[in-house]
Amino acid sequence: MTAPSRETLAKLTPVLTKRWLSPDAWRLDVYERLDGYAALRKALDTHPDDLIQLVKDSGLRGRGGAGFPTGMKWAFIPQNDAKPHYLVVNADEGEPGTCKDLPLMTHDPHALIEGAIIASYAIRANRAYIYIRGEAVHAARRLRNAVAEAYAAGYLGRNILGSGLDLDLVVHSGAGAYICGEETALLDSLEGLRGQPRLRPPFPATHGLYASPTVVNNVGTIASVPHIVLGGSAWWRTMGTEKSSGPMIYSLSGRIVNPGQYECSMGTTLRELIELAGGMLPGHNLRFWTPGGSSTPLLTAEHLDVPLDFESVAAAGSMLGTTATQIFSDQDCPVYATYRWLDFYHHESCGKCTPCREGNFWMVRVYRRILSGQGTLEDLDTLLDTCDNILGRAFCALGDGATSPVTSSLQYFKQDYLDYIEGRTAPMLSDKALVGAH
Amino acid sequence: MTSGQDERAETGTVFSAEIHARAKEIVARYPVGKERSALLPLLHLVQSEEGYISPAGVQFCAEQLGLTKAQVSAVATFYTMYKRRPTADWLVSVCTNTMCNVLGGQAVYDALSERLGVGHDETTADGAITFEHAECLAACDYGPVMTVNYEFFDRVDPDTALGVVEQLLGGERPMPTRGARLCTLKEMSLQLAGYADEREGAVGEGTVGEPTLRGLRLAQEYGVSAPGFDPYTPIGRPREQKEAK
Repeated sequence: MTAPSRETLAKLTPVLTKRWLSPDAWRLDVYERLDGYAALRKALDTHPDDLIQLVKDSGLRGRGGAGFPTGMKWAFIPQNDAKPHYLVVNADEGEPGTCKDLPLMTHDPHALIEGAIIASYAIRANRAYIYIRGEAVHAARRLRNAVAEAYAAGYLGRNILGSGLDLDLVVHSGAGAYICGEETALLDSLEGLRGQPRLRPPFPATHGLYASPTVVNNVGTIASVPHIVLGGSAWWRTMGTEKSSGPMIYSLSGRIVNPGQYECSMGTTLRELIELAGGMLPGHNLRFWTPGGSSTPLLTAEHLDVPLDFESVAAAGSMLGTTATQIFSDQDCPVYATYRWLDFYHHESCGKCTPCREGNFWMVRVYRRILSGQGTLEDLDTLLDTCDNILGRAFCALGDGATSPVTSSLQYFKQDYLDYIEGRTAPMLSDKALVGAH
Repeated sequence: MTSGQDERAETGTVFSAEIHARAKEIVARYPVGKERSALLPLLHLVQSEEGYISPAGVQFCAEQLGLTKAQVSAVATFYTMYKRRPTADWLVSVCTNTMCNVLGGQAVYDALSERLGVGHDETTADGAITFEHAECLAACDYGPVMTVNYEFFDRVDPDTALGVVEQLLGGERPMPTRGARLCTLKEMSLQLAGYADEREGAVGEGTVGEPTLRGLRLAQEYGVSAPGFDPYTPIGRPREQKEAK
């Protein structure tokens, strides 16, 4: 294995991941020795409006998939409105392929807490919640411990560091529902309801948690804030591109030598990332990949040099999403991969809207038929027609996301479908193989 | 609301004074008037007592929050982690979502299913293990993964996965690849209700896996860092100055 080139190595920009190398950074005393809570002191000496401006100036965009400008989101919170404000951290990581928030919360939980305190101060919130995925038990264990430490040290609670700021922070575990990563479904879940998305408008900025002004931000977004407060917006912008600033944690999985987390300047290409990851596994050639989770349309080897920033990936016909690059080779079948994702969306559909609930249910069955060698050419039209009835017609992005692997795999790999239908590929599924369908 | 006394007589479960006290603590975490926010942790709490969401558990949550049983059941049945039938001490979950699946997760699932003689969401005849397939567990860089009570066993294959299961069946507690040593599903449910892990040292247990550190190791090895960081960079006018205006 050859070492990555100097130019490619220079793409690495460890910022959010930096403290993971310190094994005990989850402990308050260690965190404090590593710049911990210095940003909070600096922020509390700054006017909240200037903090919002700082985040705007940094160009920070949401790390949860949609890439909405964070400073703008904060500025949408109406001030002097006599209503309580809330900060809700979306830690419901579950987009297939995504695995960056769990290590962050496990190895550097105070960074998220410090960011949450600063964000709460900026938007004038006195209560914050971290809604963490239920299954993320070790991350939650570390996070709860860190919250208790932060209370004991006076970083949370009443009159934080003598600033007059009061803030209560609750770590709230979910209970196993992908849909709760959708921000309005998350809010319903946090209110003790089934996690189903809400109709928008009104948006959470005015009618969020308990119908009050609420900012919902991803873990990576909030954990970026202390770094921006310390280093400033101009420093943050030295990384990334003009419209997609800063570092980004690229999560590489699949047919590469060294899967893992690679925090790089935004706009790094897959070719560079694969180089950092030691190349493709021997005997494997890149065939298809997701730029940011299964809800982002598949790309192919043609797209190796697309800069992985919000604009460039959109121009290539996909989405940056969560920068969860799942890498598949010529030994993987795009039809089967799509079938497994579809089964996931079918299982996780909350059932609120018909296009998503019914569309995914039926598409899974069509895929089974194709993969069992019993598909027809008409099935391909049915799939596209179903996607047409889901995309833009579903209540939330879960339904839209489900169509991504279907339409993109049909766009790039129609021949693979035809090979099943016309008998050139041996059936992948038999009735016995249909486990996991329920 | 129907009479709680009658329900308890039917199901035979009476929650202890300790559970009642914990329920009050949980409800107190949320703003006055917004107590319903406590429902998810309360469901985890009753699961920590009974190992599943029983009719008595539903009744208990309903009473704590002034909800109907139908309202509580509607929520309990929505979420995968609330079990609707008695569940074993050890919940073994194998990720069969696409990435883990193609890396061998399906073979792991099939091997365990055959060994245990059960399928998805079923419990072995001896009541030792409840088995399920899981959707993406957010550990794709460690795939294929399985979990026991949600603690990770990384890069499993049928042999290593069977080894974990044999240990569980033999009354041992295999050590997860990352995370803390195993506790029972009931004990884990108490943590999910928002309580600290009281076991000495558990918070600090677990190592950082190499995939998590891979990019950092490269940066360290080749002396690469994010350039130009100065923590004293001015960021705005002091708070007092602005407020005095």
